[in-house]
Amino acid sequence: MPKLVLLWTDAVLYVLLIALCIYVWRVRTKPNLRANWRRVLRDPAGLCAGIVLLLFALLTFAESVHFRRTLPPAPGASPAVATFYATRTESLLDVMLQRQHEMRESSYSAPLAYLGFTKESFERDGQTVRGYPRLAFGGAHLADPARQWAGDVLARAAAGCAFGLLVACIVSLAAAAALGRQHGSAMQALRDIATDRTDYPLRAALVTVGVLCMLGGAVIALMDHYHVFGTDRTGNDVLLQALKSVRTAFVIGTIATIATLPFAVVLGVLAGYFKGWVDEVIQYLYTTLTSVPNVLLIAACVLMVQVFLDKHPEMFETGVERSDLKIFLLCVILGLTGWATLCRLVRGETLKLRELEYVQAATAFGVSDARIMARHIVPNVMHLVLITTVLNFSDLILYEAVLTYVGVGVDPSMSSFGGMINLARNEMSRDPVVWWSFAAAFGFMVTLVLAANLYADAVRDAFDPRSRSFRPRVLPKLIEKA
Amino acid sequence: MLNYLVRRLGYALLILVGVNLFTFVLFFTVNTPDDMARLNIGGKRVTQEQIDKWKSERGYDKPLYWNAKHQGSEKLTETIVWERSVSLLALDFGRSDAKNSVDIGHEIKTRMGVSLQLAVPLFLLQIVASTSFALVLVFFRHTRIDFWGVVLCVVMLSISSLFYIIVGQFLFSRVFKLVPISGYAGGLDAVKFLVLPVLLALLARLGTEARLYRAMFLEEIGRDYVRTARAKGLAEHIVLGRHVLKNALIPIITSAGSYLPYVFLGSLVFESFFGVPGLGAFVIEAITGQDFAIVRSMVFLGAVLYIASNVLIDLAYTWVDPRVRLH
Repeated sequence: MPKLVLLWTDAVLYVLLIALCIYVWRVRTKPNLRANWRRVLRDPAGLCAGIVLLLFALLTFAESVHFRRTLPPAPGASPAVATFYATRTESLLDVMLQRQHEMRESSYSAPLAYLGFTKESFERDGQTVRGYPRLAFGGAHLADPARQWAGDVLARAAAGCAFGLLVACIVSLAAAAALGRQHGSAMQALRDIATDRTDYPLRAALVTVGVLCMLGGAVIALMDHYHVFGTDRTGNDVLLQALKSVRTAFVIGTIATIATLPFAVVLGVLAGYFKGWVDEVIQYLYTTLTSVPNVLLIAACVLMVQVFLDKHPEMFETGVERSDLKIFLLCVILGLTGWATLCRLVRGETLKLRELEYVQAATAFGVSDARIMARHIVPNVMHLVLITTVLNFSDLILYEAVLTYVGVGVDPSMSSFGGMINLARNEMSRDPVVWWSFAAAFGFMVTLVLAANLYADAVRDAFDPRSRSFRPRVLPKLIEKA
Repeated sequence: MLNYLVRRLGYALLILVGVNLFTFVLFFTVNTPDDMARLNIGGKRVTQEQIDKWKSERGYDKPLYWNAKHQGSEKLTETIVWERSVSLLALDFGRSDAKNSVDIGHEIKTRMGVSLQLAVPLFLLQIVASTSFALVLVFFRHTRIDFWGVVLCVVMLSISSLFYIIVGQFLFSRVFKLVPISGYAGGLDAVKFLVLPVLLALLARLGTEARLYRAMFLEEIGRDYVRTARAKGLAEHIVLGRHVLKNALIPIITSAGSYLPYVFLGSLVFESFFGVPGLGAFVIEAITGQDFAIVRSMVFLGAVLYIASNVLIDLAYTWVDPRVRLH
């Protein structure tokens, strides 16, 4: 039985998942929340971005179940001896991508290559030749790679694509069947989806699913025999690193934003509700905090955390636990230093809300301050919290890259987009260029951030009526040339 | 006006004291002067004498917050916190902690000039470029140009600035060999080193800024005075360029003004990527070298600049909008 390891960030992510489930359940019972979320789903860009984010979230959760394997008992040891666990902490994703872990080359290799990237001297047919050696795993199954390679890659990619397309078709048919009753028949539903006449923008959603399935299928079909995104300097698969980086980005994006909420909401509501000296003190606090340039403040805090971790090695058993604690503390720091903006918004909104009739009525009835704030103010500032949270998500992912570059981000032992870019910087100045790590980091990061941005826009448009008027729309021409 | 400035100054002092205390607590509680000494001397076996010597050389040989050995007010003043705070408030930054300790104040003076050379053109170009791009989008609102322009903005703001830098350096310095890849030279030669970072920094922020400004313009465009201007028969470009632009200046100043501290402090990432010896690169060196004296000074300097730029923003309001009175 492997030993489950509950890392700090894992625990927070699980709690978040539970909180999300509770929220979804709440949304189902509240008509106004439901209407707003429907509006998010009716926005084609928002829905598609949501699907992409969901995929990344699944990846994150697969990477967030950690355990340490049991080591086989030493030969001759009595069964009563305590079991030992491997020092390496693995995740569910590691198990799924076991083969990619094992496909370790000696150094750089280009995407889908079967030859190494650098010339080496090696033995062939009994004599030493200088050239590009065959890779140990990439394309190793080919007998005559020079002729078979292109055909093999194409065949595998096509098969993967076709399988992905098949999955997408099944999903589409299932969607049509589910909509069958609403639209008369399943056939009619299919026709309506194709012409985009459904209640939700299903056509866009299904196209997104189709593209994701096809890309995913091709990658999955290729990745057991080739390095789809090449290998890095130590021969590790870049695809694997990119997938693991997604979790790092996700963790930073979610946990750091959540960490801002307690301070921002509590202090903001208190300042706006009580006014007077409470307001003055809280305003002083956040003005002081915003006076210090953000990067410097974070750098200072992270340096302190570094010193603290170096002094307390007993807090973690394995390297993974150390880097996890570090990223967790980084999130806390980002939260502690980043609450000012939201606090200001919440304070302003509370100042407005406390003058409204229903709050005055509650005061007249003798409801206590704490209860008024909890029942009447906090629920009415929640839309601000939600909008800020989703908007912050993408900013933080971008921020992580910069912080890691500066040297105060995540631990170098942890895969992250910032770390990949940092290494890519040197690789791009090599001759010939090693571009694939950079390209992989770019592709994954832009997809993630773009999806997050589009989703955030959809959420903002749904919850903040004012922002809706800024949405670009192409109006149909009313008057043709007379 | 005078009243306003005096009040602002008082509040600024209060905030600076807060910032100062905060950074001290942050730096010295986790990382005591003994630890700093050990880190800086290096090596495994550091004797207490060495530590004491290091501390007295750099003036860390007093208690942190409270000196019980002295009498009266000296209990407070004969401490590290007091000495350092007073010198910081007088903008005397002292020397750095590292082995070859440098005079931080002198370093800041020389490096700020370099940072300004990079940041001032960037700051001005940024305002011009973002405003004009946003105005073009607003001029073509409700058409495909606006739609795809906004799409472009969203894509651009989803790309990390590091990507712009790496691709930019690769294309313009390695492939086309137009400008040197990094480095810096004084005088007129600086132009050829600075043109690429300025352009890339411009590009990296264009998406965010242009989208923000576009929203500001659209907010103004719904106002009554715009309708009046149109009813007068003014052409659309005059309505936008003369009436809307002037009225949208206040939010634009607020947004652009928030970058003012960085005009002086320089951009950490751009300076270190392009090897420009400005304040940003200075901070990065200090962070990687764990030189806390420098980081502390820069935190303080950053706070001073932030407060100063807020006053400047307020003054700018009165300049662009005569209705605004400061008191």
